[in-house]
Amino acid sequence: MSLNIIVLAKQVPDTRNVGKDAMKADGTINRAALPAIFNPEDLNALEQALRLKDQNPGSTVTILTMGLPRAAEVIREAIFRGADTGIVLTDRTLGGADTLATSYSLAQAIRKFGNYDIILSGRQAIDGDTAQVGPQIAEKLGIPQVTYAEEILNLADGFVTVKRRLEHGVETVKSPLPCVVTVNGSAAECRPRNARRVMTYKRAVSPSEKAKLTPEQQAVIDARPALQLQEWSAAYVEADPAQIGLPGSPTKVKAVENVVFTAKESLCIPASDDAQLEQLICDLITNHTIG
Amino acid sequence: MANFYTDNPDLRHHLSHPLMKKIVALKERDYTDAEKFDYAPVDFDDAMDNYNRVLEIVGEICGETIAPNAESVDHDGPTVADGRVTYAPATQVNLDVCRKAGLMGMAMPRRFGGLNFPITPYIMAADIVSRADTGFENLWGLQDCAETLYEFGSDDQRARFIPRVCAGETMSMDLTEPDAGSDLQSVMLKATEQPDGTWRLNGVKRFITNGDSDIHLVLARSEDGTKDGRGLSMFIYDKRDGGVNVRRIENKMGIKGSPTCELVYKNAKAELCGNRRLGLIKYVMALMNGARLGIAAQSVGVSEIAYREALAYAKDRKQFGKAIIEFPAVAEMLSVMKAKLDASRTLLYETARFVDMYKAYEDIARERSLTADERAEMKFYSRLADALTPLAKGLSSEYCNQNAYDCIQIHGGSGFMKDYACERVYRDARITSIYEGTTQLQVVAAIRHVTTGTYLQLIESYDKQQVIPEAEALKTRLQAMTAAFDKAIKTVLEANDPAYTDFMARRLVEMAGYIVMGYLLILDATRAENPASFLRSANVYVNLGEAEVQKHESFIATVRPDQMANYTYND
Repeated sequence: MSLNIIVLAKQVPDTRNVGKDAMKADGTINRAALPAIFNPEDLNALEQALRLKDQNPGSTVTILTMGLPRAAEVIREAIFRGADTGIVLTDRTLGGADTLATSYSLAQAIRKFGNYDIILSGRQAIDGDTAQVGPQIAEKLGIPQVTYAEEILNLADGFVTVKRRLEHGVETVKSPLPCVVTVNGSAAECRPRNARRVMTYKRAVSPSEKAKLTPEQQAVIDARPALQLQEWSAAYVEADPAQIGLPGSPTKVKAVENVVFTAKESLCIPASDDAQLEQLICDLITNHTIG
Repeated sequence: MANFYTDNPDLRHHLSHPLMKKIVALKERDYTDAEKFDYAPVDFDDAMDNYNRVLEIVGEICGETIAPNAESVDHDGPTVADGRVTYAPATQVNLDVCRKAGLMGMAMPRRFGGLNFPITPYIMAADIVSRADTGFENLWGLQDCAETLYEFGSDDQRARFIPRVCAGETMSMDLTEPDAGSDLQSVMLKATEQPDGTWRLNGVKRFITNGDSDIHLVLARSEDGTKDGRGLSMFIYDKRDGGVNVRRIENKMGIKGSPTCELVYKNAKAELCGNRRLGLIKYVMALMNGARLGIAAQSVGVSEIAYREALAYAKDRKQFGKAIIEFPAVAEMLSVMKAKLDASRTLLYETARFVDMYKAYEDIARERSLTADERAEMKFYSRLADALTPLAKGLSSEYCNQNAYDCIQIHGGSGFMKDYACERVYRDARITSIYEGTTQLQVVAAIRHVTTGTYLQLIESYDKQQVIPEAEALKTRLQAMTAAFDKAIKTVLEANDPAYTDFMARRLVEMAGYIVMGYLLILDATRAENPASFLRSANVYVNLGEAEVQKHESFIATVRPDQMANYTYND
């Protein structure tokens, strides 16, 4: 059975390798100092999508990303790893969106896309760490959602069976299709970029990127549909201007504080004192440090 | 994100050598493949961009997966049960990731599913992989065998086997036997022709790297009653046909992730590759030449990790209140390690380019007859490749052993413990100067080019090239070293005693090596965007080489044929 798979991906600043100039004085991210990368958990989601494609020949994996026009970079990266094509949802009016406006905008794009069997995304993006967009999209589309997915075990007869990684163990659930599955970082790592795909698709561009090329280069793109990425605007996906971008974002940031972690307390317990050790374990469980 | 390609600007320097323009144009047949394959380059810049991008993938996989796995691979190693080998779990992960990245069959033509890479960027990948895990480089690098299959197999064999290699099936070259190591003419594995034209193999092979591979190239005796190399032919054994079992795997000192197998052939079905009787004298010689270049690359990768590990430790380790790199004895060791690394790497890529040049012409000759000029150029580069391959394999493998030794020395007592990578590097390095022909056998292959003047002509061509002013003084010293080398050759040859020439061969070959690599380093400094690092290595290397040349010169002048008895055992 061939599937129409959508993978939601986000281009994010690489907050894992933060230097001292990563934050501006006002507490916002200094995007210029951080390289833009493929959100790590979205790569885990992509791998699950590619496995579904491997198991269901003829399936299509489409990357949907919202962001600046340069977010086409994540689509190329995904294509190098095995995705088929991608759409950049980009528009000045989409800027400044919080999770509510983002999920509305993406849901509109997915409606426009139409016929889909399953939507995969990373659990959360490393810039905001909210984990809200995937679930909100499911709500807006009125379809089920499976969060914290670690592995798609089976997809057949209109249902998907998913292993979820929870705090205290794993849970296997079955959901009707279509649905949204958000994937954990503990899921299988994404396959590498493939040499041949890199050489084949390195010239894939979105329309706004294509506009900057020479006429000869543009002719190459025109001759090969596989190199044409799509770019959709807010109007194209018929988004309500009041629900997108800053106007559509009820979240207001009051202040951002720099937090410096320091070790303040220490506690010494002799190794022989079982009672005290037991008490310590209970305390740590109670205050959610462990367990 | 560790990337073993992008963190080493020297690699890009070597990849961007001016000769690449010609190599790529030949390899790509003036870019005509672009009409047939959507991943073929349209021009030189496009091709170089492809190599660069693919090497970035290699670098990332090596930095992120293969290098972090190296310790567990070394610890776990492969196992054998019921005649079949199981790789260490992390080796399996490494292989899977290389397959998914499409890094198998890199140098094979596109029509067979390959990437059609020239040897030079392919060898660069080998250099990078070896730095990550030297033993894994063997498994990955055995895709080399496809080159021999491509060169000498029939169209049908190419079409059946090469796409499988490109899709990720592994290969092995089954040459060595218990009584046929360096002396492959003594191979006894028996090949018997069947009425249907297929063959059956019976006998034992030993020390076969990746001996449980999917597709084997096997050297066997097809001509009953013969005893020398002319009775040997090359066969293709397909594991799917069965008949070859792994009796045991060796418990080795190093490259422990790479299974070294003893194979038992019991009526194993095989097919002849190429013509009968040419197995050793033509095909295996070609196979070994490719493999030797591969070992040279492996050795450079070992030198790279040895240098990096030593440098990092020397910066980190504090004694007497300062980092040990501040002590002159340690800094000198590091400088010499770096010079040997840079010297062996520049020779590696010079050799790879020469191999690329003649192989590209050889391949074109399969499609059309070459013009007289093309034939002359092919012969020219073929001779140079033939001269530089044993030099590169012999000397870079010795250097990587020396660098691994010094790497441990810089680690002090900690280097003797299992806690640091350097002890693994030291063990892995040791085989490089042994397999695919010992250093002593590389000298046997190289000495011809000392006596017939190939090296001297090459050196002369280097000497004609302009160098930057900072390298002029080095050039003058290299000229003096060349004069000493020339004189030493004459001194040896004038004795007119083949045994004496053999005795002095290693010294003469080493002299050639110091001069060739010295010149290559000053030419690197001349061509480099940032010459400082090459100039530094050139200085250190010429200082070393000059002293070594003088030492050899003195030895040759003093130790005359009448001394030979002191170096001979006749009883």
